[in-house]
Amino acid sequence: MTTTTRPSLWEYANPVKFMRLTDWLLPLVGWAAAALVLVGLVWGFFFTPDDFRQGSTVKIIFLHVPSALMAINAWIMMLAASLVWLIRRHHVSALAARAAGPVGAVMTLIALFTGAVWGQPMWGTWWAWDPRLTSFLILFLFYLGYIALWSAIEDPDTAADLTAVLCIVGSVFAVLSRYAAIFWNQGLHQGASLSVAPGTRMDWAYKAPLYVAMTGFGLLFLALVLAGTRTEIRARRMSALMTRERMQA
Amino acid sequence: MIALLTRDLRLAIRAGGGFGLGLAFFLILAVLVPLGVGPEGRVLALIAPGILWVGALLACLLSLDRMFALDFEDGSLDLLATAPIPLEGVVAIKALAHWLTTGLPLVLAAPVLGILLNLPGPAYGWLVLSLLLGTPALSVIGAFGAALTVGLKRGGLLMSLLVLPLYVPTLVFGAEAVSRGAQGLPAATPLLLLAGITAGSAALLPFAAAHALRINLR
Amino acid sequence: MELVVSDLACARGGIPLLEGVSLRLDAGAALVLRGPNGCGKTTLLRTLAGLQPALGGTISCPPDAMAYAGHADGLKAVLSVAENLHFWAAIHGQTGVPEAIAAMNLTDLADRQAQHLSAGQKRRLGLARLMVTGRWLWVLDEPTVSLDAASVALFGSVVRAHLAGGGAALMATHIDLGLNEAQLLDLTPYRARAHAPDGFDEAFL
Repeated sequence: MTTTTRPSLWEYANPVKFMRLTDWLLPLVGWAAAALVLVGLVWGFFFTPDDFRQGSTVKIIFLHVPSALMAINAWIMMLAASLVWLIRRHHVSALAARAAGPVGAVMTLIALFTGAVWGQPMWGTWWAWDPRLTSFLILFLFYLGYIALWSAIEDPDTAADLTAVLCIVGSVFAVLSRYAAIFWNQGLHQGASLSVAPGTRMDWAYKAPLYVAMTGFGLLFLALVLAGTRTEIRARRMSALMTRERMQA
Repeated sequence: MIALLTRDLRLAIRAGGGFGLGLAFFLILAVLVPLGVGPEGRVLALIAPGILWVGALLACLLSLDRMFALDFEDGSLDLLATAPIPLEGVVAIKALAHWLTTGLPLVLAAPVLGILLNLPGPAYGWLVLSLLLGTPALSVIGAFGAALTVGLKRGGLLMSLLVLPLYVPTLVFGAEAVSRGAQGLPAATPLLLLAGITAGSAALLPFAAAHALRINLR
Repeated sequence: MELVVSDLACARGGIPLLEGVSLRLDAGAALVLRGPNGCGKTTLLRTLAGLQPALGGTISCPPDAMAYAGHADGLKAVLSVAENLHFWAAIHGQTGVPEAIAAMNLTDLADRQAQHLSAGQKRRLGLARLMVTGRWLWVLDEPTVSLDAASVALFGSVVRAHLAGGGAALMATHIDLGLNEAQLLDLTPYRARAHAPDGFDEAFL
């Protein structure tokens, strides 16, 4: 073990330390997420002007954009956690990746659903094979495969290893699929809602609550992943205790 | 390495099902689609490239779950893992054997089925070329999926769920090349992208698959 | 040519089974592992063969020295006896298939498909495979399962010839192969204690 006294981030890869940390961190993150999501959505839905072209339907953006953002970020987080597991073999990281899977899948589903609800009045159709929609649908399939592989393998370390490999290969193919979808059909989805490029297309009256909602969704994701990881750690602790009992018998 | 290839080919021929099954499935699909869609030639010509590519993809999928599962069950995989050839090489050879027994027959049969689906004249060359370039990727990606699920008792269904999303780029570029060819548009771009995916998959995925196999063996 | 194992710990399915296993095997020697069912004989052999990672300890052995023979024989049902052996010989870059067939008394069956062999005959074929690997150390997991008395004696003589040729054998078996020179190693004292230092799940407690 290292002899330095400098606290390292890797220490929280120890399940016991992670549990101790999240004991107080999780409620904090959870309440902050709830507050921000509530503020962002209420502000966005009730205290913003209607769009001159899209009317009030545009307000679904406060649900749609944050969930779409988290759908992608959840996968990126899974990828990072998988790499950490493969390289440094920290159990917490594998379990966090596992916990992020269902959350990301639900975020993708919310983005798809709200997109359909928004698309119906705008484009006159619930579903169009637009590159962005298609990419999200494919992303959802990747999430399904990832979750299914986790639940199919009994040995936890084998499952962590194999899902990590799948996550890495899947990431490459998800990016490829995205470009394939763009190549396949230049679509009718509007451009990115937020952009750092000059000439931004959105007024601050919209942007402020949107940022609040996005931060809220980010924290919500964090809270759900922390809670999920804690559940997984408890499950592993239980099986470890049972193993110990069996060995003492 | 050559010995492994000849063994796998010999097994596919003797055990049956290797060559014939995928091909028969491909044929049945090409018969069922017009029965479902209707005999209108114009409609069939429009959807033929996609149907042929989806058919090839599903036919490839049929025999994938046996790629490593049989060797896993009878202990050969343990012995191959301790043999002097690298496991990455084993994966690559087995994917090649799968392509020779499944992918290549599909490539050769596709023009005949193209007639059934009223594929426009200029598209035949593109169809064969795109399948020739793309089906190896299907075998290699499939080998990765098969390696992930080799230890599972009912891995076949799960493997489809894992492999089919990975097939998306191959399918898109392959079918796009054929439909562009059918409309007389230049089809070189999707074809090159398809070749790129095949080359990249063949170069990198055997490593991932071999890693997955080692995990499953322990 | 020697196998040196020191302080080895291994696990099955995340549960530590053995720890502190040390052994040494020189050319010409045979070592028989003993111990009750489930004590970790197969796990130890698989770990030594490199099929699963050790929890701790070191294994020192020249590369490509081991030929592993597990519970399954790795035979293809639709290939003949000779074809099965020719395949494994080619994989290992070896010859000597006719000799192996003769040594395990399979000459009359050489052209028969493996699916038409009896269990004992399959086992003999699986053991004949060892002779075409050209490997120095044979790692055998219950090699005598389903063999009759005559075949056990036959295999015993094959192992003895292998040892005389400078080979070595490490096996888990309860049957006396007639190898009087073989050492015995009882694995019972090496059973892992409950608090294995680096057991997989200890971090969670």
